[in-house]
Amino acid sequence: MTQPVKPQDQNAPSPPERTGGEVTGGEVTGGEVTGGEVTGAEVTGGSGKLPVSEPNSPAPSMTSGKAATPQHRQPGLGQVIGVAGGLRPEAPPYVAAVPVQPTKFQPTEFQPTGPPDLERRLRKPRTLFSAAMSVIAGIMSIMAMIPLASVLVMLIWRGGQRLSLNLFTQLPPAAGMEDGGIGNALVGTLLIVGIAAVIGVPFGILAAIFLAEFGPQSKTASSVRFVAKVLSGLPSVLAGLFAYATVVIATGRYSAPAGGVALAILMLPTVLLTAEQAIKMVPQRMREAAIGMGCTQTEVVWLVVLPTALPGILTGVMLAVARAAGETAPLLFTALFSDYWLTRNPLEPTASLAVLIFDFSSSPFKNQIEIAWAASLVLVFLVLLANVAAQLWTAQSAKK
Amino acid sequence: MSTAQLTAPPTNGHDSIVEIHLRSLFYGTFKAVRDTNLTIPRNTVTAFIGPSGCGKSTVLRSINRMNDLVRGFRFEGEIRFRGKDVYQANVDPVAVRRHIGMVFQQPNPFAMSIYRNVAFGLRLNGYRGNMDEKVEQALRGAALWNEVKDQLKQSGLALSGGQQQRLCIARAIATEPEVLLMDEPCSALDPIATLKIEELMNELKKKYTIAIVTHNLQQAKRVADYTAFLYVDRSQGDRTGYLVEYGPTEELFENPREKHTQDYIAGAFS
Repeated sequence: MTQPVKPQDQNAPSPPERTGGEVTGGEVTGGEVTGGEVTGAEVTGGSGKLPVSEPNSPAPSMTSGKAATPQHRQPGLGQVIGVAGGLRPEAPPYVAAVPVQPTKFQPTEFQPTGPPDLERRLRKPRTLFSAAMSVIAGIMSIMAMIPLASVLVMLIWRGGQRLSLNLFTQLPPAAGMEDGGIGNALVGTLLIVGIAAVIGVPFGILAAIFLAEFGPQSKTASSVRFVAKVLSGLPSVLAGLFAYATVVIATGRYSAPAGGVALAILMLPTVLLTAEQAIKMVPQRMREAAIGMGCTQTEVVWLVVLPTALPGILTGVMLAVARAAGETAPLLFTALFSDYWLTRNPLEPTASLAVLIFDFSSSPFKNQIEIAWAASLVLVFLVLLANVAAQLWTAQSAKK
Repeated sequence: MSTAQLTAPPTNGHDSIVEIHLRSLFYGTFKAVRDTNLTIPRNTVTAFIGPSGCGKSTVLRSINRMNDLVRGFRFEGEIRFRGKDVYQANVDPVAVRRHIGMVFQQPNPFAMSIYRNVAFGLRLNGYRGNMDEKVEQALRGAALWNEVKDQLKQSGLALSGGQQQRLCIARAIATEPEVLLMDEPCSALDPIATLKIEELMNELKKKYTIAIVTHNLQQAKRVADYTAFLYVDRSQGDRTGYLVEYGPTEELFENPREKHTQDYIAGAFS
């Protein structure tokens, strides 16, 4: 059995007995083939009954294999399938079909002497290739880090210069003025992203629950999934356009809620798709256990599935928040910008960090450019903070 | 096959708690089990044995209507739990499962602390009372208390396989179900853990009624008061399982009436 035997080679010229449920009259009885699935095949020899799992039927090329010699003990996969499927290994057509070739390799001629060659040498093509690929992969990963690292270094270097309490408490400076801060933009970003999360996260998670738990195979589910995937590649300007066409035109004003709606649309697919994956990862047996305890379907989801999937869901939410916080385009014609603090009236143009950075970075004034750098650093730090908080929270809730 | 005379409840002084009158059980068009009638007496351990695919797990799972989750499942007959047919149209399977607990083949604790795993069913049932005491009682009942009493806040998933299974038993008995179904509870466990669970079953049957599916004949011999042997009949074309013999364990193993039972017990086929 040195040659691997392909199953299809044996199946091709199948003898007529094979299709029947039971083969009698030979030495093999009761092999069953049901739709490709072999169940409980039983081989009954003339002398006694033998389970199929250890077929001692002779290999096709050997004519005598009565006892299980070491060679016979490991039949090829194809042979096992053939035997389990009710094939008589001895049947002539079967033997003819198996391409067993005479062994080319004579054990007697090969007499190794001395210690084996086990040393590691770069000259061997395999070793060389492996080493080269490892080096390339390492270089690529470092190269991928360069843009990210350089942006961070630049941010900390340029933005860090203006970090002070004033930055967080003062309003943006007008053109040509000194000092100033990003206080209103920071608050505005928190507000807009907060509104977006309040709209987008429940929608996303509830939709994900439907997709994963209630109707995973349904037409609704597959169309929702498809639309969500398309939506996740939607240019963010279009989300802004949607919010403009609905909220801004309806209310007649640029406002924080309009910006929130635009960002919610951008968050929705990310939240939905990652939450669905997270929910699907919850082992089926936990659901079974909950049902066995007497949970209704809602209780299963609420008490067992969601808590278990929470870390994954939170990761999705954080990704979505991070993306939304940095979006500029959809805010330009929804929340617009404001040089003043928020008022009690929510339906007013609202400042945001992203738009502030966009505005000030193209300013000719040094002070405003510096403020833009500082705002960028704060924005990145904000996203980082949110991520760390989510990590800590999940770690905490896992302990309970 | 003379199954009819085997349906009489072999109750040696025990009153029955579950009566299975199963005419046929389908998955879609596939008839999985037929003609299985037996009575499970209160405060006993009843084992279901038989070759693979004979439907013993299916029968067990139809007692608390776990099979309702399987698409295409259809049950003909009745299963009486304390006289009430659980397959009646107006019966809520959720309510059935609160009376009939289940322990699964794979240990399946929830991804929460040991304490909350055990308290889960109590909270579900809106238990108002001394939760700590109930949790301790259940963990003691499952012979797990001494091993975990200092780490109740730890995740249930951090325990070993055998401990996880005992945690699942604790979780199931915390709500004091009348019947405990165990679907091959030891098949994923090592021999020592298996022994512990078996000892536990002997202890638990004083309070509960246990029905267990097992592949291990020795286990059935060791723990079960009554044993039901199911066999899968291939002569009718498909693979439909049915009850061959049911009786006190000793009798069934020492003196089986049916040929199939004799062969199976002799280890002729699996």
